[in-house]
Amino acid sequence: MSEFLIKNGFVFDPLQGIKGDRMEIAVRDGKIVETGALRHPETIDASGMTVMGGGIDIHAHVVGPKVNVGRLFRPEDKLFKSPLKRCSRMEMGFSVPSTFKAGYDYARMGYVFVNEAAMPPLHSPHVHEEIRDTPIIDNAAMPVFANNWFTLEYLKNHEIENNAAYTAWLLRATRGFAIKAVNPGGTEAWGWGLNCENVHDPVPYFDITPAEIIKGLIETNEHLGLPHSVHLHCNNLGNPGNYTDTLDSLKLAEGYTPKNNFGREQVLHATHLQFHSYGGDSWGNFESRAPEVIDYVNSHDNITIDIGQVTLDETTTMTADGPFEHHLRALNNLKWANTDVELETAAGVVPYIYSPKVKVCTIQWAVGLELALLSKDLMRTFVSTDHPNAGPFTRYPRVITWLMSRAARDATMKTFKWLEKTIDATSIDSIDRELDLYEIAQMTRAGPAMALGISNTYGGLAPGMDADIAIYPLNPENMPSDPAEIEKAFSRCAWLLKDGVVTVRDGEVLTEPAKRTVWVDVNVPENAQVQRDIYEHFLRHYSVNLDNYSLFEEHLFNPRVIEVDTTQ
Amino acid sequence: MKTVILTMTNPPELYLEGQNITPDAFAGKTAAEIAAIDVWEGKLKSPLGKYFTVEGNGGATAADTKIILRGDCSRLKRVGQQMTAGEIVIEGDADMYIGGWMKGGKIHVKGNVDSFCGLAMEGGELIIDGNAGHHLGSSPRGEWRGMQGGVIRVAGSVGNDTATFMNGGTIIIGGDADIHVSTHAEGGTVIIKGNAKGRVGGQMVKGNIYVFGKIENPLPGFQHIGEVEEEVDGTKARFIHYIGDLGERHPVSRGKPVYGNIYTRV
Repeated sequence: MSEFLIKNGFVFDPLQGIKGDRMEIAVRDGKIVETGALRHPETIDASGMTVMGGGIDIHAHVVGPKVNVGRLFRPEDKLFKSPLKRCSRMEMGFSVPSTFKAGYDYARMGYVFVNEAAMPPLHSPHVHEEIRDTPIIDNAAMPVFANNWFTLEYLKNHEIENNAAYTAWLLRATRGFAIKAVNPGGTEAWGWGLNCENVHDPVPYFDITPAEIIKGLIETNEHLGLPHSVHLHCNNLGNPGNYTDTLDSLKLAEGYTPKNNFGREQVLHATHLQFHSYGGDSWGNFESRAPEVIDYVNSHDNITIDIGQVTLDETTTMTADGPFEHHLRALNNLKWANTDVELETAAGVVPYIYSPKVKVCTIQWAVGLELALLSKDLMRTFVSTDHPNAGPFTRYPRVITWLMSRAARDATMKTFKWLEKTIDATSIDSIDRELDLYEIAQMTRAGPAMALGISNTYGGLAPGMDADIAIYPLNPENMPSDPAEIEKAFSRCAWLLKDGVVTVRDGEVLTEPAKRTVWVDVNVPENAQVQRDIYEHFLRHYSVNLDNYSLFEEHLFNPRVIEVDTTQ
Repeated sequence: MKTVILTMTNPPELYLEGQNITPDAFAGKTAAEIAAIDVWEGKLKSPLGKYFTVEGNGGATAADTKIILRGDCSRLKRVGQQMTAGEIVIEGDADMYIGGWMKGGKIHVKGNVDSFCGLAMEGGELIIDGNAGHHLGSSPRGEWRGMQGGVIRVAGSVGNDTATFMNGGTIIIGGDADIHVSTHAEGGTVIIKGNAKGRVGGQMVKGNIYVFGKIENPLPGFQHIGEVEEEVDGTKARFIHYIGDLGERHPVSRGKPVYGNIYTRV
């Protein structure tokens, strides 16, 4: 039995509305409790420090086959970039770190939960094996649905109940967490060498449009009442002028209201919105349309977003948006890996350099920050870099610093070769807003926890929740004038308690408490039609047998099941 | 300039990783401090003094420091890796990765070297009196940015995969080259005084290759466009000029496509 009492810290917990009050946080047996419940606690003195719940990353690619492809085909990503061995396992890499480095780095930043953003269902055993190998942080993984043949066929005929039964079956087969949609229809269209750039472009052969897929998935999600909403990577990612397609996608959520028992308030999470808020019609007149997009999000409560901030690093892009990666390869002429995952999805990997000398890159940098700084509700706007697509997650402290300090933004902008053109094409220079620690806690903890439907367990400091507590060496009453100090504080937290175990102390990882795999088990009425469809498809089209497809129990590591029952 | 003389008195049983043997690491150190610098033999870390006797102190800066290596250094790797200034002389053979990722200064090897020497070099001079192995002045594995600058001069012959992904700088080979020269090159110059075996300039976008002897098996992706007279490394001669690799993409500069050039002596 372990007991801790955290004293004297400034506590920020947006889930309870606590804005920097000095209060005590009590921990007993891995849970947060009322201070009266402690008998002989060990005291942690957090005087002059910021106390928050453990960080939550709503969207990152840290485990699974495409991440591993990135590791394999970028040996240069590890060259002279591997720190000396300090923890129990070797740390390697920068943009595609080893599983160990990913776990340790998240812990050093005070993060405890990471949602793997795209799991190809067929390769779920690989995803879960890497989850097991990633220390400390709890993981969930979202299987991709929006190019899955079953989903396309059910939604074409508007069979929501059948699609819900299939979705429940696949979540259980892959031990998945939520419905992920990547370039709905477009990735499948790519099998014919085509793409769906607008939500009304029909998917070849399937005779359905991305709009119908997105609406169908929202209906399925609310029919089931899953903890998280549909997690959408819109069509036409990364191209000039795509903000109209993004608005078309977001408008599809109009009229839907969330139905769930998990405190989630949105029906659609639009991910890495930075990549979807571009104006212009070529790379020459490329410009930001972030204000239009975020205005729409501000006025519609049933949508959440994460920003996908470009960090101006050399990184490795990887996405289940196969056509986009093919397109990107032609833009930068670097090496490229691609794959098609049978009936389900596709993926590609391309290295990319976001350079402060390139106008498009610096405009992209501004777009991400505009989305966050123009947002009116930071409980619906989250920090992400779409790791590693726009930059590695180890840059979150830098992203936070840009959000908290106009001086930090100005210092970065001074390094831009095309500063005037960047200022002309964006509104970043006219924004003076500087976020405070409460708003950062909203964007990195409370908000993502609410959106993922796990705010009863993660993201806050209320009694009964997991004792995941990050303490940063930052005094809200005396913030450092040098923004680099903020970045340093968020990079290496003073303390991290994970499940009530002291995991990080002064930025050094001390222990590796048991991590968990979080998944959603949905109980649906028996559906003979769907069972027959699954049997038939595996017989005719899949390269594996149905019995070999579902995850074996031994692949699943230390599960935490979220039960959903739709039969009542 | 101060000189540090390292004499190999106790050769390693395995191979010795000598990335700390650079003017940058030796600068400002006394002989005793230099003898305490770490080197790795396999997975075991030992002080430099276990293998070498050290005479002389390092200079105040890297540029003021000269290192002379004596004795049997044929199992010593990575000497001069990432060095920025100063001078290293190896009075005999050395092993792999000599002068890798070098940024400045000068390395002179009086014997032969093995593979991966001058890897991803950015500047400075690497002079080899004997032969070099494979991947001379090449890119590290996986990397698309190879040699950026500097000069590599080999008196003897070289192995295969010289100057892969070369972007700049010059490689001068006194003898012959094995297969694959300047694969994927986007700049830089390779001069081969002897013969080249084949696959010269495969997937080359930009850059120059001069072959004084014969290319045994020329690639079909190169097109003969005429003869030119040029002065190459102090020799004035007539060359047959080929452009290519025509199977590769080629950037356009001032309205004209840029090609890689191969010149063979008439």
